Amino acid sequence: MSVLDVRDLQTHFFTDAGVVKAVDGVSFSLDAGEVLGLVGESGSGKSVTGFSILRLVDPPGRVVGGQINFKGQDLATLSAREMRSLRGNRIAMIFQDPMMTLNPVLRIETQMVEAVRAHDRVSHAAARDRAIRALSKVGIPSPAERLAAYPHQFSGGMRQRVAIAIALLNGPDLIVADEPTTALDVTIQSQILAEVQELARETGTALIWITHDLAVVAGLADKISVMYAGRIVETGPTDAVLTAPGHPYTEGLLGSIPGHGRRGERLTQIPGMAPNMARLPQGCAFAPRCPRVSDICRKDAPVITDIGPGRGLRCHHPTLAAEGVA
Amino acid sequence: MSVTDQPVATAIAVDPGKRWRIARTVAGVAVLGALALLFSGFGVASFAVRVVLLVGLVVLAAGLLQGRMHKFFSSPSAYVATACLLLLVILAIFATEISPQNPYDLRQLDIMDGRQPPGSTNFSGTMTYHLGTDEQGRDIWSGILYGLRVSLSVSIVATLIAMAIGVVVGIYAAWAGGRIEAVLMRIVDFQLSFPSILVALMLMAAFGRGLDKIVIALVIVQWAYYARTVRGTALSETRKEYIDAARGLGLPDWRIVFGHLLPNCIPPLIVISTVQVANTIVLESSLSFLGVGVPITQPSLGLLIANGYDYMLSGQYWMSMYPGVALLAIVASINMVGDRLRDTLNPRLTR
Amino acid sequence: MLVFLLRRLAQSVFVLIAMMIVVFFGVYMVGNPVDILISPDATPREIEETMARFGFDQPVHIQFLSFVGNALQGDLGRSFVHGESAVSLILSYMPATLELALLGLIFSVLIGVPLGVYAGYKADRWQGRAIMTGSIFGFSLPNFWVGMLFILIFAVELRWLPSTGRGDTVEVLGLRLSIFTADGLSHMILPALTLALYKASLVTRLARAGTQEALMQDYVKFARAKGLSETRILVVHVLKNIMIPIITVLGLELGSMIAFAVVTETVFAWPGMGKLLIDSILTLDRPVIVAYLMLTVIIFIVINLIVDVIYTLLDPRVRVKGEAA
Repeated sequence: MSVLDVRDLQTHFFTDAGVVKAVDGVSFSLDAGEVLGLVGESGSGKSVTGFSILRLVDPPGRVVGGQINFKGQDLATLSAREMRSLRGNRIAMIFQDPMMTLNPVLRIETQMVEAVRAHDRVSHAAARDRAIRALSKVGIPSPAERLAAYPHQFSGGMRQRVAIAIALLNGPDLIVADEPTTALDVTIQSQILAEVQELARETGTALIWITHDLAVVAGLADKISVMYAGRIVETGPTDAVLTAPGHPYTEGLLGSIPGHGRRGERLTQIPGMAPNMARLPQGCAFAPRCPRVSDICRKDAPVITDIGPGRGLRCHHPTLAAEGVA
Repeated sequence: MSVTDQPVATAIAVDPGKRWRIARTVAGVAVLGALALLFSGFGVASFAVRVVLLVGLVVLAAGLLQGRMHKFFSSPSAYVATACLLLLVILAIFATEISPQNPYDLRQLDIMDGRQPPGSTNFSGTMTYHLGTDEQGRDIWSGILYGLRVSLSVSIVATLIAMAIGVVVGIYAAWAGGRIEAVLMRIVDFQLSFPSILVALMLMAAFGRGLDKIVIALVIVQWAYYARTVRGTALSETRKEYIDAARGLGLPDWRIVFGHLLPNCIPPLIVISTVQVANTIVLESSLSFLGVGVPITQPSLGLLIANGYDYMLSGQYWMSMYPGVALLAIVASINMVGDRLRDTLNPRLTR
Repeated sequence: MLVFLLRRLAQSVFVLIAMMIVVFFGVYMVGNPVDILISPDATPREIEETMARFGFDQPVHIQFLSFVGNALQGDLGRSFVHGESAVSLILSYMPATLELALLGLIFSVLIGVPLGVYAGYKADRWQGRAIMTGSIFGFSLPNFWVGMLFILIFAVELRWLPSTGRGDTVEVLGLRLSIFTADGLSHMILPALTLALYKASLVTRLARAGTQEALMQDYVKFARAKGLSETRILVVHVLKNIMIPIITVLGLELGSMIAFAVVTETVFAWPGMGKLLIDSILTLDRPVIVAYLMLTVIIFIVINLIVDVIYTLLDPRVRVKGEAA
């Protein structure tokens, strides 16, 4: 049975300027130990998808439709109290900016112990032991002493490790990681990536890794879903998507990664700007920026279709490479 | 629209913003003039001057909110507060016409009517004391109306003068810069580090009671506040490029100051001064309560409350109670209007 | 840290000197105390003697110099009315005011912080709006009128609490305090509440603004993602963050609490230094007025220093910067 099964998720923001469909019919599922890379530009709805799973969307946003089944349980039917007992316990989350996620005026110890004791009736000492173990697991030297420190006494990378340790404290079944390495140096980024991958494999934790950078998930994720304007436009096993992208947008993302194409080749970039979510065009949302746009794209929004084992695509004119696979 | 027909268009349709600006200026001059007349003693009895004052105030307020009425009245408390404030201002301005008795005229007071409970009639049976009387036989209702007038006018005049001084000092400091600015701002800081009630208390102890004296004391405790605010706004304004441009054009200093700096300092000042009028009323009433404020012959709300204080414990509550309610009503409605004004005029100041 | 403290001390000395000048010329030059010290039918000789005894016959600058010289030795003259040293007179009245102001401060935090945090949490709901409108009333209510209402309701009508005076006192560390006796505390509740009301509205507004800001921060969302209860988030995560600015402001407000105690003490006949000041003003007892002002300035300076230190202790970020500097 899959750990997480999201069906047709819809999260809308009810703003003065109109309703913004930040997430508009997103579906995916995830097995234990599996890593899903959720890729898209900022504003594509990938982070909102993550927050929707934890039911932590801030007003004026609201989950308005779809189902989120976590281990066979529809999260929408849970009471606030039941949902809270899942958060940080069975489903954990890691945020983007480690400088902002830890409370600046509380010691690390307080912030870790409270996360344990919110879910388990254990003594402070027992919770502290668990915190020390989690810290050493993410590679923080002399964890027992570091517990007494305040967040500002850590570097950005160390803080993100602390945040990851907090996520691991209760041995969750699912971790939602919202661009956890974006704010960090490249070297630290790859270290953390390797560590997280190992931890997930070790414990059988399912992982949703949200990022705007295809290169990051290339070596990490088992499968990839590419989001554009609140919808998944392409999904499939990592290798298949990377070697034979079907959607012009995925292709564009791949083309803008240095070192991916052949040496000496120009980096391509996707023309135009990320769409205004309050006023999406009729038809395919990517049409204004698409190199292969045609009349039908401007009229009808494409639906997602299977193009192979575990592969889905939402495009009227898939690229040849993907058709070859199918 | 092409460039050529633009002047024609403006000539035909008078820009509504400009019309309001004119109305505001006229109203402002009218209000100041009326206040000056009333306080110089010439027009005290003149009904017309006071009508001008009221109309001027209303136009001024409307001009201020022009185009932002909807936002201002977006909460129901804004209606209540504005209506309440308007009512109290009308009561204060036309106190002479409305009140059944002149509480300052000792000949009209009858000691036999002293400390009558609310609803009783006077000794000769010609009038009813709806809110009772104080120990000198003064009708509390009339006392409140006149007291309201004293409290309001003292604090408004003090605020206006303090504002004028503060604007001059603040702009001068920002404009002059250097050592002059440092010295002026040190004085401001020094003064602001002491609670206003203490400073005012000391000043009144030195001056003695009197309407003019309390106005002076209230000006002294307030001016620094405005000076600091104005200097802050003016400073951020002088850094803007158009000031450099204006200087580069060789415009005289006074034109830059009056044409550019001053207008930009006005909106925050209006917000502050509204709240400050309320604070000043409380301050004045506190001083009067402590016995160093307005003279006994012209009681403000604070002094009325103080007069009734001794009788409060023996159950004759009305002498202090009703003036207190009036004081609360005027201060609370000004504060609420000020609160709305701050949200409406200057979102940056929202706290 | 040390450099910072020394600089603050130097500033304080400057303020003190400036204050001496202002106070001396402002207060000493006003009124003629001889009129109240000497009976109207005194002989010119008697008047001259008194003038000489108090030093009024000297030129102004000599008077000022001797004033400064004496002030440095802690001598600000004798009370014309009480006949004892003005400084020790005020010091004997000071504990009553300080304990009142302190209890008022505690009340204002106890009332203001929960209300403000709740109002910030429910900012767009009717509860939040109601609290904010209420806070406007809180700082519109004139201090003395509130005190009178309290007396009328709780002392005269309900007879729950005493109306005036200090009640039983007990000597603690050489100070006569009311706060440690049941009777004294019952005498303190009404005046302290009166004093607290204005500050409580201020604290409510500060706490609301702080809470609204804190609730938008990532660390609150992360705390929610950890599965913490809303109560814990508000009471631990939000509160600890907003307490820093609140304590700073409140510390600075302790000074104005003492100043506003003048009104409250008069209403409740509380024998503190505020009441002493009013009585001295009404009798033109200049040395007491001057001593009151000088001591208040010193209290303000001390409070400011303490607030700075507390601020440094509370905020770990500032603490580290201080150590590094």
